[in-house]
Amino acid sequence: MDFKREFKTLVPALVGFLFFAVLPAVRTSDYQLTIASNTIIWALFAMSFNMLFGMTGMLSFGQALYFGLGGYFVGLLVCHLGAGWFVPAVFLGVLGAGALSLIVGPMVLRLTGVYFTILTLAFAQLGWGIVVKWYDFTNGDDGIQGIIPPGVLGNKVTYYYFCFFLVSLSLWLLWRISLSPFGLILRCVRQNPDRVRFLGRRVKRNQLRIYVLSSMFTALAGALMAGVDNSVSTEMWHWTTSGEVILMCILGGIGQFYGPFAGAVLMILIEDMVGARTEMWSMVIGIIMLVMVLAFPKGVVGEFANLAARLTKKSGGMEVGLGTNTRS
Amino acid sequence: MDPQFLLIQATSGFTMAMILFLVASGLTLLFGVVNVFNFAHGSFYMIGAYLAYTCVSVLGFNFWASLVLAGLGAGVFGMLMESIFLRRIYGRAEEAGFQILLTYSFILIIDDLVKLVWGTEYKSISRPPGFSGAVELFGVLVPTYNLAIIALGLIVAVAAWLLLSRTRAGRIARATAIDREMLSTLGVNVPLTLTVVFGVATALGGLAGALAAPLRSVTPGAGIEVIIDSLIVVVLGGMGNFWGAFLGAIILGEVNAFAVAFVADWASLFSFIVMIVVLIFKPQGLFSPAKVRKA
Repeated sequence: MDFKREFKTLVPALVGFLFFAVLPAVRTSDYQLTIASNTIIWALFAMSFNMLFGMTGMLSFGQALYFGLGGYFVGLLVCHLGAGWFVPAVFLGVLGAGALSLIVGPMVLRLTGVYFTILTLAFAQLGWGIVVKWYDFTNGDDGIQGIIPPGVLGNKVTYYYFCFFLVSLSLWLLWRISLSPFGLILRCVRQNPDRVRFLGRRVKRNQLRIYVLSSMFTALAGALMAGVDNSVSTEMWHWTTSGEVILMCILGGIGQFYGPFAGAVLMILIEDMVGARTEMWSMVIGIIMLVMVLAFPKGVVGEFANLAARLTKKSGGMEVGLGTNTRS
Repeated sequence: MDPQFLLIQATSGFTMAMILFLVASGLTLLFGVVNVFNFAHGSFYMIGAYLAYTCVSVLGFNFWASLVLAGLGAGVFGMLMESIFLRRIYGRAEEAGFQILLTYSFILIIDDLVKLVWGTEYKSISRPPGFSGAVELFGVLVPTYNLAIIALGLIVAVAAWLLLSRTRAGRIARATAIDREMLSTLGVNVPLTLTVVFGVATALGGLAGALAAPLRSVTPGAGIEVIIDSLIVVVLGGMGNFWGAFLGAIILGEVNAFAVAFVADWASLFSFIVMIVVLIFKPQGLFSPAKVRKA
């Protein structure tokens, strides 16, 4: 990896980092701050999901399970034990998701392809059903309101920086993982699992590792979300949440490390603009998704990288995704 | 336990099983023949229900004619979806993922289209004349409409199976699952065959929606509820296995009916638990997946 190549992949990260770092200072309204918090948290969700989907080729339709779990750890602990439990609850939620994914993971990983997708969906819907029905403990469809982070975190700006710090740290970790030998094996698992076995590596074990890691980062995103909205609802557990994060990845480009981040930014901006003007929100999402899948399967970032590569006649950015299937 | 009560639950479970089977048989047909995983299949069920509502309650057609029209309408819609959109991603690398995403986008679009056309309020259809009462069977009262659904479900099941296994058209459809290239060399229009299979499968979904409309109210969210249940049925029976789907539907229908009777609050969780348990012990479903399909 020469300097120029490294520079090319680092520049977008630095630009994004600086933009979101100075945003609270240049914002014109608190609403923009909420949008920004939403964006970075969903970006974390999308990027940790893409470690499963884009990199390892595991299309889980059930990551809402861990998003909801993270959120409800915070909601329930703050609600029952007091606001002082907010920060510990965030980390307990991450550990809880790790534990749950260690139980669910080996079961869903018995299956591959479409079966894997359906089984993850079933587990997530089971979680959703329990949360909706167990009214005495979870408040059911009413959700949990009044989750105010304690002390200085109660301030919107400090809370934003709290999220910003944790999200940046997580994204850096995810980036390191994607470049590590482990990340390399994950890409091999997607492209040719048989060859991975041939090389003496265990497919299932590596899949389980990334499933657990991804779920923990997802729970972190869910937990941080509870503080932004000051509430949690059963919507977090619903399968449409899993669908939305998939769409973010597709929109941005699953083959690029930064793709899901761009996807999350675009999606939340579109949601904000379209949501204000029309009720037909899900149709707009559907049409965008349809066009992306049919015409631009590499996503916004991937297609731009392609275009840039064609203009400069060099290879594009860091390929981690679908475009490079060598099996066929 | 009161045997009459058990019998009532069993009949209502069997009725739901027939509706589920009609949806799931289309889904399993698509998986076995076209090798497409149609996440939007529940949306065709919903389209069928709404078309039946329009035909019966707005236009005042005969109920049974409306059933046919609703099935045909859903089928035509399905053929359009296949020939305009889905066809474009056949054979693309890692196709399965894109199929799920493309059909998922259809769920979102159709949901809003339905709201646009029919509004968000609940619609209901009255039972067809002559089927609003109940008959006594082994000492319990069974609604005649439930019996009609069960009879119709069985007839359609046998007819679809005969069509698939005993006719030339069925043979061609099964052959597309094995070797499309060879089939087109033999002079069969493969893309047209796939479109027709898609039409038949979605028509079955639409018919199920229309049949179920007098029992449940017709709502914009109906497609999503039914797709998850029918996915469970298909997975239980082994993907692409026609009679597997039939038995899967009966298992799920009965489990749901008895869960509602004994633990009403938690009933909706039972279908997931059944599926999870089956998939853990028999990952390929209770019955072998499509015999016609080669890896």
